[in-house]
Amino acid sequence: MKVKKVMAFGLVAALALGAFGLTGCGTKAADSGSTGTTETAEAELTGTINIEGSDTLVNLSTAWSQEFMTENPGVMIAVKGGGSGTGIASLINKTVDYANASRKMKDEETEQAKANGVTPVEHTVARDGIAVIAHPSNAVADLTIEQIGKIYRGEIKNWKEVGGADKAIVILSRDSSSGTYEYFKEEVVGKDKNYASSAKLLPSTQAIVDETAANDGAIGYVGVGYVAPSIKVLKVEGVAASVESVLDGTYKISRGLYMYSNGEVSGAMKSFLDWILSPAGQKVVEDEGFVPVQ
Amino acid sequence: MTVNPTDMAGRHLGRATRRRAAEAVVRSLVYGAGLLSIVILAAIAVFLFIEARRGMTEVGLGTMLTSTAWFPTGTPKIFGFVPLIVGSLLVTAVALVVFVPIGIGAAVFISEFSAGWFKEAMKSVIEFMAAVPSVVYGFLGVAVLIPLVKDTFGLTSGMTALTGGIVLGVMSLPTVISISEDALHAVPDALRQGSLALGNTRWQTVYKVVVPSASSGIFAGVMLGLGRAIGETMAVLMLTGNAAVIPGSVFESVRTMTGTIAAEMGEVVFGGLHYSVLFGVGLVLFGITFAINLAADLVLERQRKRWRR
Repeated sequence: MKVKKVMAFGLVAALALGAFGLTGCGTKAADSGSTGTTETAEAELTGTINIEGSDTLVNLSTAWSQEFMTENPGVMIAVKGGGSGTGIASLINKTVDYANASRKMKDEETEQAKANGVTPVEHTVARDGIAVIAHPSNAVADLTIEQIGKIYRGEIKNWKEVGGADKAIVILSRDSSSGTYEYFKEEVVGKDKNYASSAKLLPSTQAIVDETAANDGAIGYVGVGYVAPSIKVLKVEGVAASVESVLDGTYKISRGLYMYSNGEVSGAMKSFLDWILSPAGQKVVEDEGFVPVQ
Repeated sequence: MTVNPTDMAGRHLGRATRRRAAEAVVRSLVYGAGLLSIVILAAIAVFLFIEARRGMTEVGLGTMLTSTAWFPTGTPKIFGFVPLIVGSLLVTAVALVVFVPIGIGAAVFISEFSAGWFKEAMKSVIEFMAAVPSVVYGFLGVAVLIPLVKDTFGLTSGMTALTGGIVLGVMSLPTVISISEDALHAVPDALRQGSLALGNTRWQTVYKVVVPSASSGIFAGVMLGLGRAIGETMAVLMLTGNAAVIPGSVFESVRTMTGTIAAEMGEVVFGGLHYSVLFGVGLVLFGITFAINLAADLVLERQRKRWRR
């Protein structure tokens, strides 16, 4: 009898809590906009900055925010991943302050933003060199962009056609949603061309590194930060991928990494962006395996 | 203090009324909770349909279901579900080949040939298998199965429908074993005793009497395992290579519906055409799993009726 009563009460309580939880959700989004406040130069910087977007940029953003928060204890920065599209959608819906993106905003997104009263402003915060990689035993050392394009379009199917052993080429690529995939398609595969449908689309850059290390027929592309001793980096047009060669422009396959804000920034948001572009912030870029903007 | 009998009766009456009222409240809450799950399911279907509508009008449902190429961000953009549906079905078929014999075999062993603490231990282990996160299965597949498949069959790459299917089969085992074991357990002992009394051996009793009697329950277990396999995402994403081709054999890479949604959703333009088409993929997947679960339910119901007679 008593047990039953307790159970009934528990059930009622659980249901009530559930209902409360459901209604509670709706009220949160409104107040998460920028609260960065400008103080006098000497006063301590305060504010909250919400960042969301590209998974490529998550670690870099976190490293930036940790260092910035140590220097400015009054500033609270929260970084979330989820993908470039997710971040940009949140910026359009005004629920984040900065959207991280490993690709430029698309026209459709810019239109959506305008319709919603958001003016996206692009800030290039780092660059990423894209290294073309193969199995360490592969005899091929150097490819032209033309050859890489042909391989990825499926026109060259065997390593012997580019001076290697008689072995079928296994094409590895990032998923069609990744910023890297789109950049590589535009710059290497060709603007009006598609990847070979036999290309294997892997869910992460690390998966490409792992599969290339294990498969002697594989070719892949990864950010220079992911290059490991277990794989061989192919030269592109005679130039090896490195921070220096991307910086001086001799290495051709590199892309920008962006942060988008709603309109020009001020207060804590501006200080954070300025710090990112300063030598201290750009040193973090190099530490994380990316290429600084200057 | 003096208490007269009429007062006592009144208080009893009051308590009874209160109890009845409380019961009514709880009953309506429980009723509401039951109804809520139906409402949620309907809401999911409606939501999927609304989000997929743009894709269905702009690309066309017919084109989506018949086009054989998937280039969602290519030029031109091609949204063909055929490679994805075939990919999902092929991986699931491989899983079926893995989990049907092993799952039913294990269930028969646990129910008919084991007893005591060993039986309980087996059941716990199998329940634990269901609790292992799918990403862990995927991880093991990447580390162990991909190189193994590549070397065993002399392939150019170990990321194949076979690799994904084997892991999915293992992941579906707990579902199949638990439900089949329940069905075997529910077979009345009188049937076993009758069979043994007629001179059948234990093995003959199992495959001529017990398994056929539990067949619809076992079938339901297989169907639910199938639903689990076709809906699984993370492991297949990590193991099948995700090339959107119509595979000629299980030794080729495939791209599944679930993998496509998971991999592409984070980066698409929200509310855009690609976004909407992904909801279309979700709708197809929802339809397939709904049909599988419905079939399993109908079969289970048939079995319940049979034993009630």
